[in-house]
Amino acid sequence: MPGAIYAEGLVKTFGDVRALDGVDLDVPEGTVLGLLGPNGAGKTTTVRCLTTLLRPDSGKAVVAGVDVLRHPDAVRRSIGLSGQFAAVDEYLTGRENLQMVGQLYQMRAKAAKARAAELLEQFHLADAADRPAKTYSGGMRRRLDLAAALVVSPPVMFMDEPTTGLDPRNRQQLWEVIKQLVSGGTTLLLTTQYLEEADHLAHDIAVVDHGRVIAQGTSDQLKARTGGERVEVVVQDRERIATAAEVLRNLGKGETTVEEHTRRLTVPVSGGAKLLAEIIRELDTRGIGIDDIGLRRPTLDDVFLSLTGHAAESADQDRSEAPHQQKERNGKEAVK
Amino acid sequence: MSAVTDAAPAPAPGNAVGRSVRDSLIVARRNLIRMSRIPEMLIFGLIQPIMFVVLFTYVFGGSMKIGASTSALDYKNFLMAGIFAQTVTFATAGAGAGIADDMHKGLIDRFRSLPMARGAVLTGRTLADLVQTALTVLVLAIVALLVGWRTGSDGDTNPGRVLAAFGLLLLLGYAFTWIGALIGLSVRTPEAATSGGLVWLFPVTFLSNAFVDTANMTPWLRHIAEWNPFSATVQAARVLFANPGQSASGAWPMQHPVWASLIYSVLIVVVFRTLAVRKYRSATA
Repeated sequence: MPGAIYAEGLVKTFGDVRALDGVDLDVPEGTVLGLLGPNGAGKTTTVRCLTTLLRPDSGKAVVAGVDVLRHPDAVRRSIGLSGQFAAVDEYLTGRENLQMVGQLYQMRAKAAKARAAELLEQFHLADAADRPAKTYSGGMRRRLDLAAALVVSPPVMFMDEPTTGLDPRNRQQLWEVIKQLVSGGTTLLLTTQYLEEADHLAHDIAVVDHGRVIAQGTSDQLKARTGGERVEVVVQDRERIATAAEVLRNLGKGETTVEEHTRRLTVPVSGGAKLLAEIIRELDTRGIGIDDIGLRRPTLDDVFLSLTGHAAESADQDRSEAPHQQKERNGKEAVK
Repeated sequence: MSAVTDAAPAPAPGNAVGRSVRDSLIVARRNLIRMSRIPEMLIFGLIQPIMFVVLFTYVFGGSMKIGASTSALDYKNFLMAGIFAQTVTFATAGAGAGIADDMHKGLIDRFRSLPMARGAVLTGRTLADLVQTALTVLVLAIVALLVGWRTGSDGDTNPGRVLAAFGLLLLLGYAFTWIGALIGLSVRTPEAATSGGLVWLFPVTFLSNAFVDTANMTPWLRHIAEWNPFSATVQAARVLFANPGQSASGAWPMQHPVWASLIYSVLIVVVFRTLAVRKYRSATA
């Protein structure tokens, strides 16, 4: 029995570009799959194929138990799509937008009206309900777009980079909304470039690169693939880097990497906080000043890096740049 | 696996035609609300034809030779059918720009992911444009009456025939919005759709009987002008308005302008609607 979203060998080419090169996915009912990858990896094309917007050249797709290629209209009745761009009519009010979408989902006018009112309330848009969407902030538009995707409470939802371009506060807000939604049993496929977002919202993560799923699993499983934790030290004095490296070599478990210009040293460790304390003591004993030190657990960024050989967010900018300069610092637990 | 995918999904509620009409009207309503919130679009849409009426009437009016007469009054009465016809075709640009804008903003993606009738997004847009065109024509007719245009200036007519003339004019405008829809789906930006929607309209509307008597053209040009679908509607409007300057030509569309106008317009709708809906199905923003 395939999941609520199932894809097998999806291929789509645009001219010379093989946007999808055999994508396989299986999302069990009621779970969230995070489709993670850099720009141009094939995330949006995958969503477009699964939501009937684009016909794959080959492959198979089943959504909510219906063959996408054979019965696209039936699929459309069971899905909600929230896109990368807030697809609402900016000259219509929030209420008018939602009513229109409801009616186009073949709801009766009265039912569509009631549902619109309910959603505006739920998404904290009631005060702005009768203002044209043009006057909404970016976060409000995104919420309206999401509400539009939820008009018929579809069992399967697709969100294509729902928080791209939002400020952190609005992102947090939208995350809360999405969490509420999936706690109600909706199956969700979510694409994102933000590792943190996938980590936060998804049960399972599929890493996409060059039109293929290159790894899939829970966040923990993927992190386990990159090996364990690391200690990162920034020493005060460039002269002492060699000594510090020696300390790390003795206490760590594996190769120590040194970044001369940032005075940063990194070493894989096992032993957690206890070992970290030991390293601090040892460095102190030798009189090496520390600017910053921390135990770093692998982030999805590291996962991405180890899987693809390039960092996630810089992939479309500069692949030649040294990968370690791209790391996010959010996996780090600072010790002062 | 196959047990799931072979399960026939429940048919869509309601019959296909009813659903298509309903969805088209919902989209038309949306576009009309939109238009009402951008009144400057309607106003700019009116300024141009009014300007043409005034400029052509007073600047060209004195020196234009229509049939045997050279009086300015006759040119005014000759001109109006042409101005009406040109005005209705300018809706093409609006339809094109509107659809290109919807593509650009991702609204077409939203519509295409909804279980709605396939042609409804485009039909809704063209219907809304038809309403806007009708309003424009109404205002223009009032201005025309103010500068001295009169129906029945060259023979007899009646309100029924005058209404029929406006009906044919609006049908022509409706047909042209389908060309606009196809342009809107084919270009990348709303700006391109506006210029792409207008640029070919000038030769189409000027290589015709709209502003000058085709009898004064060189034979090959005259031939083109008289078979131009646009000319058929102009001639039909002149006949039904009983305005002067009807082309006394042997060309079939000029001899049977009402039929020619109907056939041309319906043909344009059928051809361009088919092409536009096909394009819409595979549209990618």
